[in-house]
Amino acid sequence: MSVLSVSNLSKSFGGVDAVRDVSFALGAAEFLALIGPNGAGKTTCFNMLNGYIRPDRGSVTLEGVELVGRKPRAVWRMGVGRTFQITQTFPSMTVRENVQMALISHHRRTLNMTRRATRLYAEEADTLLARVGMAEEAARPCAELAYGDLKRLELAIALAHRPKVLLMDEPTAGMAPSERIALMALTGEIIKSEGVSVLFTEHDMDVVFTHAHRILVLNRGTLIAEGTGPEIRANPMVQEVYLGGGTVFKGEANDA
Amino acid sequence: MLEVAALNTFYGQAHILTDIALTVGGNEVVALLGRNGAGKSTTIKSIMGLVRPRSGSIVYDGEEILGAPAFRVCRLGIGYVPEERRIFTELTVEENLEVGRRPARENAPEWTVERLFHLFPNLAERRRQAGGRLSGGEQQMLTIARTLMGNPRLVLLDEPSEGIAPLIVEQMARVIAEMKREGLAVLISEQNLHFSRLVSDRAVIIEKGAVRFAGTFADLDADPEIAKTTLAI
Amino acid sequence: MGFYFAQFLTGLANASSLFLIASGLSIIFGVTRIVNFAHGSLYMLGAYFAYTLITTLDAGGFGFWTGVILAALIVAVIGAVIEILVLRRIYRAPELFQLVATFGVLLIIQDVTLAIWGAEDLLGPRAPGLSRAVRIFGEPIPEYDIALIIIGPVVLGLIWLLFSRTRWGVLVRAATQDREMVGALGVNQRWLFTSAFMVGAFLAGLGGALQVPRESVSLLMDLSIIGEAFVVVVIGGMGSVTGAFVAAVIISVLNAFGVLVFPQISLVLPFLVMAVVLIVRPYGLFGTAASAHGPPTVPEAPMKPMSIAGIAVVAAAVALVALLPRLDDGFILVLMIDVLIAMLFAASLHFLMGVGGMVSFGHAAYFGLGAYAAALAVKALGLPMLAAMAFGPLVAALGAMIFGWFCVRLSGVYLAMLTLAAAQILWGVTFQWQSVTGGDDGILGVWPARWASSKPAFFYLALVLSVAGLVLIRHLAHSPFGYVLRGGRDSPIRTEAIGIDLRAHQWLGFILAGAFAGLAGVLFAFSKGSVFPDALSIGQSIDGLIMVLLGGVQALIGPIFGASAFVLLEDYISRLDYWRAILGGVILVIVLAAPNGIAGGLSGLWQLVRGGRKTGERA
Repeated sequence: MSVLSVSNLSKSFGGVDAVRDVSFALGAAEFLALIGPNGAGKTTCFNMLNGYIRPDRGSVTLEGVELVGRKPRAVWRMGVGRTFQITQTFPSMTVRENVQMALISHHRRTLNMTRRATRLYAEEADTLLARVGMAEEAARPCAELAYGDLKRLELAIALAHRPKVLLMDEPTAGMAPSERIALMALTGEIIKSEGVSVLFTEHDMDVVFTHAHRILVLNRGTLIAEGTGPEIRANPMVQEVYLGGGTVFKGEANDA
Repeated sequence: MLEVAALNTFYGQAHILTDIALTVGGNEVVALLGRNGAGKSTTIKSIMGLVRPRSGSIVYDGEEILGAPAFRVCRLGIGYVPEERRIFTELTVEENLEVGRRPARENAPEWTVERLFHLFPNLAERRRQAGGRLSGGEQQMLTIARTLMGNPRLVLLDEPSEGIAPLIVEQMARVIAEMKREGLAVLISEQNLHFSRLVSDRAVIIEKGAVRFAGTFADLDADPEIAKTTLAI
Repeated sequence: MGFYFAQFLTGLANASSLFLIASGLSIIFGVTRIVNFAHGSLYMLGAYFAYTLITTLDAGGFGFWTGVILAALIVAVIGAVIEILVLRRIYRAPELFQLVATFGVLLIIQDVTLAIWGAEDLLGPRAPGLSRAVRIFGEPIPEYDIALIIIGPVVLGLIWLLFSRTRWGVLVRAATQDREMVGALGVNQRWLFTSAFMVGAFLAGLGGALQVPRESVSLLMDLSIIGEAFVVVVIGGMGSVTGAFVAAVIISVLNAFGVLVFPQISLVLPFLVMAVVLIVRPYGLFGTAASAHGPPTVPEAPMKPMSIAGIAVVAAAVALVALLPRLDDGFILVLMIDVLIAMLFAASLHFLMGVGGMVSFGHAAYFGLGAYAAALAVKALGLPMLAAMAFGPLVAALGAMIFGWFCVRLSGVYLAMLTLAAAQILWGVTFQWQSVTGGDDGILGVWPARWASSKPAFFYLALVLSVAGLVLIRHLAHSPFGYVLRGGRDSPIRTEAIGIDLRAHQWLGFILAGAFAGLAGVLFAFSKGSVFPDALSIGQSIDGLIMVLLGGVQALIGPIFGASAFVLLEDYISRLDYWRAILGGVILVIVLAAPNGIAGGLSGLWQLVRGGRKTGERA
């Protein structure tokens, strides 16, 4: 059964179709990859899924409830979390405070003016940080974190609201190979343990072919292929517009 | 052609680069490898004069350039291709190239707009379009073309394969090979060992701001531990 | 019909001079990202130089136009000097520093102009050959107005050619987007910036010089034009010359007709137009998202609750201050009350800027609203002092609620400019609305209740209210609400992405900051016994900014040091001749030499004492 259903999603900027009639479904506890050339419309797609951009046409439903027309914060409240291509955290706060912020919002205490923010939900925040393996970094200033740790922090922030769907925009960009594997393995575990469904974009084909259950390929705003790793890799159209000759990635796919 | 020695760079009080040393020969492609945050970009920016190193020496073509501002470093013949492409989105393709234009230089290949359009036919079709309207791959090509308009002898490429589609990465590899054929020297910062191996002659690996390895890829393969620990492969 | 057409032409003529100054401001902002407060001063200098040149050169048409062009060229050179001596050093500083620095330049130019040309208004000659009026549809139109109507579009065309057809123009446009990259491509951006600043200064000088036949040349020209020029630049989109032209025409023509209906509308109309435009297009008519923000700054270290030792030190300091009336009940006490009021005002501004990341160039609006509301409560409504003291902050909060609703829809420089415009409008209304506010004469006789009328008694009242305000502000900063504001400052995207309605929280933050500023204003009114429009002038807003900057933006304790230092310094300087120039010089020295302020300096010293422990900087 699908958790998130997308149908005929379309958006044009200045007369140019950025995304055209994109339809797909994200199943429960599914790990779904969205790949395609730079500028194919992946980020636009993401931004329409969680309300940053309003589509011209089409619908996005979460367990049957329409999301189009809602603001990003409303989409988040309904259970769609998001991590960003360029990490978005609060650099002037500690790691724990970053997660506490999400929890304060989750518990709807953002207008509170009497309590001390750092004393609210500290334990809950530490539990989430432990979940992503960052318990020891809790008291550090967020601005000091290494890149890979920021990505994990974003994951902890996203989990604070117990999302049903997690959208991850290029989660492993800029990471070393082993960090990539570790982050995606962690995400895989979270999918299993929390039953979250994940949709992610990615340019590292080793990551995609190793971890994704299923792959969508977007080119010039339209879906051109959909399938498992081996199917996608063997698809001549995908090779022509995106994968190329396969000389720049190792490509030892472990079929999931 | 380029000799970097004992380079130390700080951001505020944080010591980013410690005694970095590396060389790039006249027509050589050198890969500067390291994990995110290892100091690759800072090394490139230090050479380019975009950040000011605290001590050390950067000798280019027999001349000390440490502390020189970026525009002067560029005028001496070093081209810089930034990681985030940094196209002038509101300028047309032709205007982007115009910004990079410098007079011809002795013993460096001379690039003209027409020659670059020949090398990057996609850009020729879009010469009057705003840079921001190009696709990611075309922007990647434009940023290289813009730098080549300065007729450099040495090109610094910061993470050319990061965050772009495999097909474009292959194109990048071809362009780098073309630059080498033209007689240019190239220093590439990279995380992708596989890509670096395809395009470069030699590797320098840095970790936590210090050089851990310098040599050929054969040397690197001889001791797999090095790549494993420094690049987290 | 003829009459309306004449009004229309008058509007167009006004638009031309407004366009000249605004286009210069816009070009300078576009390239250097600096909001040049001293731009009005360049306009004023253009007028003064043109006056001198025209009256000394022979009176023929040749002499007039030569004088105008020469004056603009002299101003361009002065612009180059300012750019090289001051601005060049602060391009990477936050916008607050830049604004305050250019305000320092404005102060210096004011006193230099005063020293050279004297305080008298100067009436320039008419333009030779254009001194008559022509009849259009039977209505007399000054020939000079027609000349101006032609000059505006011609200058626009020339600027367009310069930007689109020359290599210089391409480089300037590129630098507008990414100056570092332009440098890395071999362009010496220093001279590019200097030349762009000169072009901007030339246009301002030209605008001023062309005004000589139309209005008398005076020392008020700088501040009187700058508010409107800011509005035009914001409406057009920061950095867009075409936008500046369109906006200048819209404002001037609407004004020309507006005054027929309601003579005072010229004070409010630009703001109304700006508000409407910014709601529909948050970056102005021709602006883009990228143009709103200055360079990124280093993130501050996470906040820590005050240590026991810290609390002890603060308590001791407050106790020490409370002993002051035993020492002296005259001048020092009065000065100390000023310090307390300034602390509260600066802290409220810091809450908005430092915590909330909303830089306000017009915070005096709420200080002044509080002061006027309290004064009117006492004089017009006959309320007792304490009731008036409650009424003041409420009115200030109401004002902040109305203006804040617009302001929080914007960010960065746009927000700052809108706050400035709001304050300027309020100032104008207070100045003009003689029957209620007393206009320039202010409201006199606003004295405290009898029990608080002795200096020591009022001192204690001020002490209690200020300290309570400061403690509350600090408490707010540490509360979940304060954290949400800081979160919005750090990353608006992340804040929205964790389900927070950032705008609503910022609005509330804006209102609270306004209320605290209003409380400071109330204390001010009762301590002086009077209120004048100065209380909500640009000068008062800038004083607040200087205090925050002096104290250091990144520390909650900063405004307290900054306000003390500023009040004491100003008290000393203002007794001297040419104190504006001296104050301007001091500002420049601080901005150029101690960008982290007093608190930054002290914490640096503290770090040194503790053995140079590593601060929390980004690795």
